[in-house]
Amino acid sequence: MTLLEVRDLAVTYRSGGSDVRAVRGVDFTLDAGQTLGIAGESGSGKSTVALSLLRLLPVSAKITGELLFQGEDVLTLGWGKLRAVRWAQMSVVFQGAMSALNPVRSIGEQIREPILLHEKVGGRTARARTAELLDSVGVPSSRANAYPHELSGGQRQRVMIAMALACRPNLIIADEPTTALDVIVQAQILELLTDLVRESRIGLIMISHDLSVLGEVCERLAVMYAGRLAEIGPSRELLTDPRHPYTEALAGAFPTIGDAASRLAPSGLPGDPPDPAKVADQGCAFQPRCPVALPDCATRDIEAWPAGPGRLAACVHVLDKVSS
Amino acid sequence: MNTPDDGPVLEAVDLKVTYPGRRGRPPARAVDGVNLAARPGEILALIGESGCGKSTLARALVGLVKPTGGEVRYRGSGLSYRGRALKRYRRGVQLVLQDPAGALNPRQNVYDAVAEGPRLHGLRSGLDDRVHNALRQAGLRPPEQLVARYPHELSGGQQQRVVIAGALALEPSVIVADEPVASLDASVRGEILKLILQLRDELGLTALVVSHDLGLAWNIADRVAVMYLGRIVELGPVEEVLQHPQHPYTQALIDVLPGGAKRRHDLLAGEPPDPTRIPPGCRFHPRCPARAELPAGDPRDALCTGKALPVLGPGAAGERAAACHLVGVPLVDAP
Amino acid sequence: MTAAVTTASGGLTAPSRWNPVKRFARQYVRMPTGVAGLVVLVGFLVLALTAPLYIGANNLDVTKVNGPLLAPPSSAYWLGTDLPGRSVLLLTIWGSRASLSIGIIATVLTMILGTSIGLIAGHFQGAVSRVLMTITDWFITLPSLPLAISLAAIIGQGATSITVAIAVTSWPATARLVRAQTLAVEARPFIERARALGAGNTQIMSRQVLPNVMPLVLVSSTLTIAGAILSETTLSFLGLGDPSTVSWGNMINQAFTTGAITRGAWWYLLPPGIAIVLVVLGFTMTGRAVENILNPRMVGARS
Repeated sequence: MTLLEVRDLAVTYRSGGSDVRAVRGVDFTLDAGQTLGIAGESGSGKSTVALSLLRLLPVSAKITGELLFQGEDVLTLGWGKLRAVRWAQMSVVFQGAMSALNPVRSIGEQIREPILLHEKVGGRTARARTAELLDSVGVPSSRANAYPHELSGGQRQRVMIAMALACRPNLIIADEPTTALDVIVQAQILELLTDLVRESRIGLIMISHDLSVLGEVCERLAVMYAGRLAEIGPSRELLTDPRHPYTEALAGAFPTIGDAASRLAPSGLPGDPPDPAKVADQGCAFQPRCPVALPDCATRDIEAWPAGPGRLAACVHVLDKVSS
Repeated sequence: MNTPDDGPVLEAVDLKVTYPGRRGRPPARAVDGVNLAARPGEILALIGESGCGKSTLARALVGLVKPTGGEVRYRGSGLSYRGRALKRYRRGVQLVLQDPAGALNPRQNVYDAVAEGPRLHGLRSGLDDRVHNALRQAGLRPPEQLVARYPHELSGGQQQRVVIAGALALEPSVIVADEPVASLDASVRGEILKLILQLRDELGLTALVVSHDLGLAWNIADRVAVMYLGRIVELGPVEEVLQHPQHPYTQALIDVLPGGAKRRHDLLAGEPPDPTRIPPGCRFHPRCPARAELPAGDPRDALCTGKALPVLGPGAAGERAAACHLVGVPLVDAP
Repeated sequence: MTAAVTTASGGLTAPSRWNPVKRFARQYVRMPTGVAGLVVLVGFLVLALTAPLYIGANNLDVTKVNGPLLAPPSSAYWLGTDLPGRSVLLLTIWGSRASLSIGIIATVLTMILGTSIGLIAGHFQGAVSRVLMTITDWFITLPSLPLAISLAAIIGQGATSITVAIAVTSWPATARLVRAQTLAVEARPFIERARALGAGNTQIMSRQVLPNVMPLVLVSSTLTIAGAILSETTLSFLGLGDPSTVSWGNMINQAFTTGAITRGAWWYLLPPGIAIVLVVLGFTMTGRAVENILNPRMVGARS
C-alpha cells in the first residue's frame, strides 16, 4: 500500500525580491513500512522536502505539486486536519535535540503531551505509555521526571524518538537525527531507529548529508542535487554501483577502511555545492562539477531515466548503458 | 626540505592540561599525560570522541592553552610562554579550526584575513606577493577574483581554504588542524583533505589532524593516535592500527563505521566519558567490550579495574603501541 | 622550514580600503527614512556651521537689537521676535550651535570612555573586569540632574558642566553594551584564530573585536546624541546653562520665565521645540538605517 506519494514537488522561497527555487520537481513514493533515505549537501533541497511534507515551511515558501499522504493531499488539507496528521500520523525527529526539547519541562511531560492531545486517554494511561516508550528507546523509565539538560546528547535524541513514536504514527521523518552526536552514540541511535521501524512497520524518511549512514538504515536511497533527484534506488545497488557521477562522489567521500584505493587518496569533487539561487533551468545542474560531463550536458534536457530495476538516475550516461 | 634525521618537529612530552573545577566540582583532567611526536613531513591523525581531550591537546600544541604538566617541544626545545618567544613559535606552528565560517572575521575581506598573520609579525614588505602565494597554495585560483570578497560571500570550502591560506602566509612548518572538514559538505571534504596531502608533498609541511573520523585518518594520515579520556590509548601506522586494532576502543570505533565488515550489537554502553571522574585502573574498563567478554573470575579483570596503565611513549616511525592490559592475550578462547 | 616561496605576483593588490564605505553608501541611499534623517541632520549642520556668516552680535545682543518686542511672525521676522526684540528664527539657528556641539562633544566623550572601558572589561576576565564593572555600576546609579547641579556649582554654569554631566552619566550604558558585545565576539572562533596567528591582547581588541563592536556603538551613539541634546535642553531649561549663550534649552527656558506662554507667544516656544524634535528624529532615523545595514545577522543570514 502506498503511504506517501510525492508528485512534482517544487518549493520556491521568496527572498529579497528574487525567487530561490530550493526544490525543482521531485517525485517519489513510499510504501507503508518502507524506509527511504534522502541524501544531499547544503543547498540540495533535502531539508526543504522534509519540511514540506509536514507543511512546516515559512510563509514565504510557495509549494506546488502534490503530496499524497494516505491518499490525501497534504498541501490542500485544512489546518484542523493538518494538525491531526502532524504527530498522530506523521511525526518528525529533528537534529539538535537540545533546542528541540523544552528546557523547563520534564521529558515525561513532553512525551505525554502529544498523547493527551491526540488520543482521548486519561493521565494514567498516558503515563504508562510514556514509561513504555522510554523503555523502548533505551532510556530508563525512571528518568521520566528528568529535565533535558540532565540527559546526555544521545539520551536526548532517544527522547526525541520516543516523542515521535508517541502517537503511533505511520511515518517518521528524521532530519539529520545523528549529526551532532559522537560516532558510537550515532551508531546506537541508528540501530535503535532501524529496529523500531522494522518492528512496528513504520515508514521512515531519513535526511542526511552522509550517504553511508543512510545506507545503514534505509532500504532505498534518493540523492538530491540542486533541488532535484539525481538518483533513486535500492540502497545496496546505489552504493555499490552508482549510476550518477554525483552519487559516486558522495559514496566515495567517506572511505571504507581497508580499501586500498582510498588510502592516501581522498576523493572529492572540485567546485562548490550549487547555490539554489543561481541554478540554471536548462541542462544538468551537476554538469559544472561533473568529471564525465559531455559537451551537450549543459544544454540538453535531463530527466530521471530508468537505470535498472527500481532505479532512476538523472544522467545521460544511463542511456548509453541501457542501450548497449 | 625534508631531512630524515631531524627528529620530531613538534612533540608533546608527558603533557597534562587540567582545568580547575567549578562550583565544587572536581577538576577536569582534559589531557592527562600524553606523549606524541610529529616528524617532519608526517601527517599524524589524532582520533577520539568529543570530550576525550583531543581539542585541548591541539590547543596546547599550538600554545593557546598552557599545560599544567609536561611540556611542548618544538624542534627539540621546550616551548616558552613568554610573549616574544611564543610569537616566534606561531610562525612555525599554525592552527586551522573546524568551523571556517566562524574562524573568519565577518568584517575582514579575504585579503585582510590572509594578511592578518604577516601583518601581526611585521612582514609588510612584499605583502601582496605573500598573500597571493598563500591563496594559490591553498588552491584558491585565481586569487585576484577573491581578495575583495567577505566570508559570507564564499562557500564553505572556499572559507576553509582562506583559513588555510591565512596559516600558510606565515610559512609554518607544522599545521595543527582541529576537525578541518567536519563542518564541510561531503563532496568538498575530499578536496580539503587532498589539499592537506598536497601541502605536505609540495611544502614538506607536517600536519597534526584532529578528528572524530577514522576515515579521515585512512584518507590522509601516516600514523594515527587514538585518544580516550585524556590519554592516547593506541598509536601506530594507519594501516596497522585501523586494519588490526589492538585496543578494544579502537576496535569499537571501527565497528560502528557505516558499511563496516561486521556489526556489533553490544555497542559501547555505559556512562559517556567524563574527564572530571576518570575511572581507576584502565580508564576504559567501565565500557570495555573485551573486559565484558572475560570469563567470570578471570584474574585479568582485577588488572583492568585496579592497575593503572603506563603512559604510552611517542612511538618511533613504524612502532605501534596500545594501552590495554589485554593486548597480546587472546580475548576469547577459540571454541 | 618550508620550501622557498615561489614568487609570481600576478598583479595581486590589496583591495581598496574604501570598498566597504562605498558598499555602505550604496545600501544607505536605498533607505528613504535614513536619507530623510540624514538630510535633516546635514541641513541643521550646514545652518549651524554657516551661522556666523550672517548672524552677528547685532542680531543677538539684547542691547543692540531694534526689532519689535514679542511680535508675532511677519514678513520681516518670519518666526516673530522675543521679548527683547530679537528674531526667533536667527536665535533658533544660532541656538543649534550650542545644542549640537554639546550633544556631539558629550556623545564623543561617552563613546570613547564607554567603548574603551567596555572593551577592556570584556576582554580581560578576572580582577580587571570586576573592578571596571564595579566602577561602571557605581556611575550608572548617579542621577544626572543632581550631578549637573553640583557640577554647575563647582565649575560654574554653562556648556562645560552640562557636557561633562551628560558624558559622565551616559558612558556606563555604552560600557555595559560594549562589554556584552565584546564577550559575545570573543567567544567566536576567529578570536582564537587571531591568537594562534600571533595577535596579542591589544591587537585582538583593536583589530578583531573593535570592528565587530563599532557598528553597535555607532548605532547606539545616534541615540546617545539625541538623548544628550534632550538632556542639554532639560538642564538649560532648569536654568543650569549659561544665560548669556543662546541654546535651544535656554530659549525655552527664557520663553518660559518671561511668560511667553501666558501671553500666547507660541512663536517663541515652538521653533526651538520643533528644532529639537527634528534633530532627535534625524539622529534616530539615521541610526535605524545604519543598524539595518550593519546588523550582522541580516548580512550573514543566507550563506
